[in-house]
Amino acid sequence: MAAPLSSRRLMKELNDIQAKGTPEGIVLLSADSMEEWVFLISVLGEETIYRGETFALRLKFGPRYPIEVPEVTFLANEQYQPPLHPHVYSNGHICASILGNEWSPVLNAVAICITMQSMLASNKKKVRPEGNDRYVRTAPTNPKLTRWHYDDDTV
Amino acid sequence: MSSDGDNDDFVYDDEYEYDDGFDQDEEADEIDSTSEPDVYDALSPAIEEAPQKKPYDVTWKVKTLQEIIDMQNKEIKKIQSVLEVPPSSAAVLLRHYAWNSEKLQEQFWNDPATALQEAGLSPPSSPTTSTQPLPSGPFECPVCCMDYDAASLEKNTYAMGCGHRFCKDCWTEYLTGKIKAEGESGNIQCMEDGCSRIVREEVIDEMVAADVFKKYHNLLNAAFVADSPNLRWCPHPDCQYIIECNQAPTRMLDQLVPTVECKCGNELCFGCGHPASHRPVLCRVVKMWEKKCADDSETANWLQANTKECGKCNSTIEKNGGCNHMTCKKCKWEFCWVCMGPWSEHGTSWYQCNRFDEKSGVDARDTQAKSRASLDRYLHYFNRWANHEHSAKLDAEFYKKTEKKMEQMQNSGNLSWIEVQFAKQAVDVVIKARITLKWSYCMAFYLKRNNMTELFEDNQRDLERAVENLGYLLEQNIIDTDSIAKLRSDITNQAAYVQKRHDILMDDTLKGYLERRWEFAIPT
Repeated sequence: MAAPLSSRRLMKELNDIQAKGTPEGIVLLSADSMEEWVFLISVLGEETIYRGETFALRLKFGPRYPIEVPEVTFLANEQYQPPLHPHVYSNGHICASILGNEWSPVLNAVAICITMQSMLASNKKKVRPEGNDRYVRTAPTNPKLTRWHYDDDTV
Repeated sequence: MSSDGDNDDFVYDDEYEYDDGFDQDEEADEIDSTSEPDVYDALSPAIEEAPQKKPYDVTWKVKTLQEIIDMQNKEIKKIQSVLEVPPSSAAVLLRHYAWNSEKLQEQFWNDPATALQEAGLSPPSSPTTSTQPLPSGPFECPVCCMDYDAASLEKNTYAMGCGHRFCKDCWTEYLTGKIKAEGESGNIQCMEDGCSRIVREEVIDEMVAADVFKKYHNLLNAAFVADSPNLRWCPHPDCQYIIECNQAPTRMLDQLVPTVECKCGNELCFGCGHPASHRPVLCRVVKMWEKKCADDSETANWLQANTKECGKCNSTIEKNGGCNHMTCKKCKWEFCWVCMGPWSEHGTSWYQCNRFDEKSGVDARDTQAKSRASLDRYLHYFNRWANHEHSAKLDAEFYKKTEKKMEQMQNSGNLSWIEVQFAKQAVDVVIKARITLKWSYCMAFYLKRNNMTELFEDNQRDLERAVENLGYLLEQNIIDTDSIAKLRSDITNQAAYVQKRHDILMDDTLKGYLERRWEFAIPT
C-alpha cells in the first residue's frame, strides 16, 4: 500500500456521494482534500427541537482511515454553532460510542452523519452535557484524545 | 480571591459504626484458602504452606512469567477436554469469563450455543475460517476498496466464521492497530459493524508481524494476571515476577495488610499493589490518604498562611489587597476582614476595626476556627507523615554516612569488620521503623478518638522517641577507643529497643484489625 489506505477509500466514498447523493438533511459542504470534509446536517420532521437549525459537522481523516476512526466535531465559529445536546460540548466535541470503541472500519462518512442526525432527532432537551464548562476549559483540541465514558444510550 | 469551600470534606461522624462484615471471630485466625472453594483454588492447587508466624501474615509464592503461561495452558487444556472444544475456543471462553472456570462450565452446560455466542465464538462445529463459499466474482474489500479477482481471493482475503470478508492487508492493519495502539488482546472483534466475533490467536498469529504477536501475548498474560484475584505483578521497575497469594481476596482487606516480598528483593502490598509495605494501615485507608494528600497538601499550607473562611458559607478567601470591607464572591456576605463580623455593624469606621469584642464577630471567628481546626488537624498528621517520607528518601545518604563511621571505627578503634556491623544493623532498624511511623500518622488521622486510639498513640510516641534516640546515637562523633565501646553497646541496646517498640506497635495494630478494635472516622 504505497498511497495511504485512506485515499482510495475516500475517493470511492466521494464518487458514491456524487453518484447517489446523500440522505435527506445531509449535505456535503466541502471536500477540498482527502483529509477534511464538512457536512451540513439538519433534522427533518415537525417533531424535532432543532427545527430550522443547520449544523456543520467536520470529519478529519488520518492516513489509516477507515481502520482508524476519523476525528469528528461540530463546527463552532461565527457561522455555525454546535447543537445544544446532552452529548455535544460547546466546543463541538461529541461523546458518542461510534466515534470511539464502537467504530467499525466498514462504516463511512455518511454513516457517521446519519448517526449524528439520529442522535439529534431523538433528543428532547436542549441542554449541554454535565460539566461542559470544565471539559471545554481543559479539553484537548483533538476529541479523540479525550477518554470518553459512554453511559447514556437514550439519546 | 480564591474560594473553594472544600474544607468540609472530612466530617468526624460519631455515628459511624466500623463494620468489617465478619461475624465470626474464629474465622480471622484461619484465613487460608480452605474455606474458599472458588477461583482462588482453581488455578493453584499447590501452594506450600510456609510456617505462619502471625495470624495477620499471609503466605505467597513468587511466579515467573513462564509459570503464568503454564497456568493458563493448564486451564485451557482442562476446559478444552471438559467442554470438547478446540484449544483456541477454550482460551476465548476462559478469557470471556475472566478465567472463572466454574462459572464458564455452569453457563456452558446450561446453554452451549449461547455461551459460545456471548464469548464471541461460533457454534462448536464451526471452524476458524468461514465455511461459506468464496464469492464467485471479483471482490471489493469493504474497508480499503481494493478489488480482488476470484483467483486471488483465497490468497489475499480472509473471513472468520461469521463470514465477513476483508483483504488480508486490512486485517493486518486493523489487528496491528488494535494491539499496538489500543493495547487490546483477548477481545479484538471482527471489523464488521456490530459483529462481536472474537479474532482468535491463530488468526492473529498469521496476520501480524512477529513483534506485534509478541506484544499480543504479553497483553494476554497481563490480562490473565489482572483477571486473577490471586495474582499480582510485582510493581517494581524491571521486575518480571508475579506474586501469587490466595489469602488476601478483596473482602479480607478490611482486616489484613498483606505485605509480601518479591524475589527482586522489594516489598509490596498484595492487596493494592503499593510498591512498599504500608503496614499497619489498611489499603483503602492508604488510598484515601494518598488522594487527600494529592488534593490538599500543597495548597493546605498556603491556605493556612494566607486565607480565612467566609463566616457564612465557609468559602476560603484570600485577601490580596484592598480594604477590610469584604464581600464573599460566593454568598455575597459582607464582613470585616479583621474581626470577621458583619460589615453592617461597622458603620463608617473604615480601615480601622474597633469592634473586636462584638458577639457576632466572636461567633464568626468560632465558625472559622472550627474549619481552621480541621485543616490544622490534617496538617499535624500530614507534616509528621511527610517528615518520615522525606527521611526515607535520604536512606542512601544515611547508609553512606554510617559506612564512613564504620570504617573510622575499624581504623581508630581496632574493631574488626564483623564488630562494626552493629551500626549498619541499627540503620536498618531505624529505616524500617520510620516507614512504620510514617504510616502510623496516616492511621492516626483517620482513627476515632477513643481509648484504643490513645493506646495506639502511646505506642507511636514510644517508637518515635526510641527512633529519635537511636538516630541521635548514630550521629555521634567517635572520639576515642573507650567511647567507641560505650557507643557500640548503647547503639546495640537502643536498636534492640527500637525493634521491640516497632514490633509492639505493628503487632498490636495488625491484631487490632482481627479483633475489630479500631474505629475509623471515615466518610462511608
